[in-house]
Amino acid sequence: MPSAATRIITCRDLTKVYRMGTQEVFALRGVNLDFTEGEMTAIMGPSGSGKSTLMNMIGALDVPTSGELTIKGRPLSNLSRDELADLRNQTIGFVFQQFNLLHRATALANVKLPLLYSRTPIDDATARARECLEMVGLGDRMDHRPMQLSGGQQQRVAIARALAGRPSILLADEPTGALDTKTSEGIMDLLTGLSQDGITVILVTHEAEVAAYTQRQIHFRDGQVERDERSGA
Amino acid sequence: MKIRVALQSAIEALIANPLRSFLTMLGIMIGVASVMAMMAISEGAARQVDQQIAQLGASNLTIYPGSSRMGPRSSGASSDQPFTETDIALIRQEPFVTAVAARNPGSATVVSGQDNWSTSLNGTNTDYLVTQSLKISEGRFFDDREASSGAAVAVIGKTVADNLFEGTNPVGQTIRANNVPLEIIGVLETRGASVGPGGDRDDVVIVPISTARNRITGGNPTVARYVTSMEVGIADGYDMATAQEQLETRLREIRRIPPGGTDNFRVFNIADFIRARSSTQATFGVLLAFTAAVSLIVGGVGVMNIMLVSVTERTREIGLRMAVGARSTDILGQFLAEALALCLIGGVIGSALGVGAANLAARLGEFPVEISPRIAIIAIGASALIGLFFGFFPARQAARLNPIEALRHE
Repeated sequence: MPSAATRIITCRDLTKVYRMGTQEVFALRGVNLDFTEGEMTAIMGPSGSGKSTLMNMIGALDVPTSGELTIKGRPLSNLSRDELADLRNQTIGFVFQQFNLLHRATALANVKLPLLYSRTPIDDATARARECLEMVGLGDRMDHRPMQLSGGQQQRVAIARALAGRPSILLADEPTGALDTKTSEGIMDLLTGLSQDGITVILVTHEAEVAAYTQRQIHFRDGQVERDERSGA
Repeated sequence: MKIRVALQSAIEALIANPLRSFLTMLGIMIGVASVMAMMAISEGAARQVDQQIAQLGASNLTIYPGSSRMGPRSSGASSDQPFTETDIALIRQEPFVTAVAARNPGSATVVSGQDNWSTSLNGTNTDYLVTQSLKISEGRFFDDREASSGAAVAVIGKTVADNLFEGTNPVGQTIRANNVPLEIIGVLETRGASVGPGGDRDDVVIVPISTARNRITGGNPTVARYVTSMEVGIADGYDMATAQEQLETRLREIRRIPPGGTDNFRVFNIADFIRARSSTQATFGVLLAFTAAVSLIVGGVGVMNIMLVSVTERTREIGLRMAVGARSTDILGQFLAEALALCLIGGVIGSALGVGAANLAARLGEFPVEISPRIAIIAIGASALIGLFFGFFPARQAARLNPIEALRHE
């Protein structure tokens, strides 16, 4: 069992309530979870079960209505807007289902984006972006724009962008949701490799084939953890 | 580096929507161009005034006798107790006075051989060189001894020289002014046409005051060493209003006017006179520039409008940028840079158009225009300020977006 010392993310009683007119909708109802450094986890569950909400909170994009989220020992509720931005920039890499690439920019420029916000000198940023694109197997597509790339390639660019800031946590929200089976396998191999390199990978999926790549599967239902399983990987 | 990145992404965003960017800039261009043109025209008018003042002597005060008055009956301008050369000598003693030139103007028909020419003739002293900043192109001016001894010498203007001597050197030749023979000792450097009334300033014959008074135009039978008016040069940097006051005080002493008595002289500041006359012109120019500034503000509102549209359209992009670590200030900077780039480019093109418009106005309307770098800097600076001002609200709106809501935006 992992010791407490390597715990990188802790969720304590996380609750998120949306107000729809006069009605209150609970996206999360008191979620308690810990994530261990270097572990690869799949979060599963039907749509509306709260899995994406949890991802967005861990990604410091959304804030809980109540409860506390701690990343690398820092409670997020204490952080300012700028500190949250820096956390997203340096500690967390986010991969979206819809890739979210800037369609006017080349693959290289897309990957460089987070580095520009971390005030990395431009030459270092370019070198690092090249390195990341090579890591995801797109060393020969650097000057292509997203429109000139296949879906799988676009998601690889997005992963390269998420890796550019050397994050310790990689969050992927349905990373293969828009891809065919074969391409999905390639993306999952890539994510597994990153996990083996020590990055904590958390992905949201509703496909069992994708979840099979991970060591831990957390099932959500109605904003709560239904099951938390570890497969002997 | 941050600024470079912000500007680069701003330019890219503008290029992505070329027609929209151009139309937005058009508002700024028209605004800047009209501000430029109006300022060029009003500065041109101001410079014309300055030229007039400089021609007439910027640091001169002119003194005339007052009009004598018996009860309700006035005897007309300069009819009061006249000045004499004694007054000139007394005023010259004031420390702030650099020169006191006599002016005894008249007219004369000047004859040389077969040719004759009607011109104005001015009797004066050597200080006239100083107050009028005269330059001699050939020969010399008369000296103090000649000025007081009635020497039969004359200095002539270029127009007179051309009309009587046609290319030959007039110095040393003799002319007859109202039948009095005078030796030409010098020719004045050309001063060109007067901008104001007065016409050709080269059409003149200058003679020693004693010669004019005694032999040509005649003096005042009741006063010896009569002087019609005096032109007083004031030291550089000395306040003209103070000088005028001190001169008036001194003249009251010289002319023994009791306290409370009416001045029997007038001290004129020609520069003031011209400025007063041209102040309506300047007001008009300011009004025009103000109207133009309104069009610049309207252009700014257009920029704000399009920036708001752009922020809404690119909400997802903003969310993505925030998700990868952009701070609010980064987003603010990006959209401010975009508004600034729109306005600066519009401002530069507008300035060029403004110069063109001003030149066209100069040619068609025969306005004097003055296009100084100062105007261009003001116009471009104003458009940059407009960009920052009207870009701020949309940029702040973008910077305040919630990252997750922005990312979900369709």
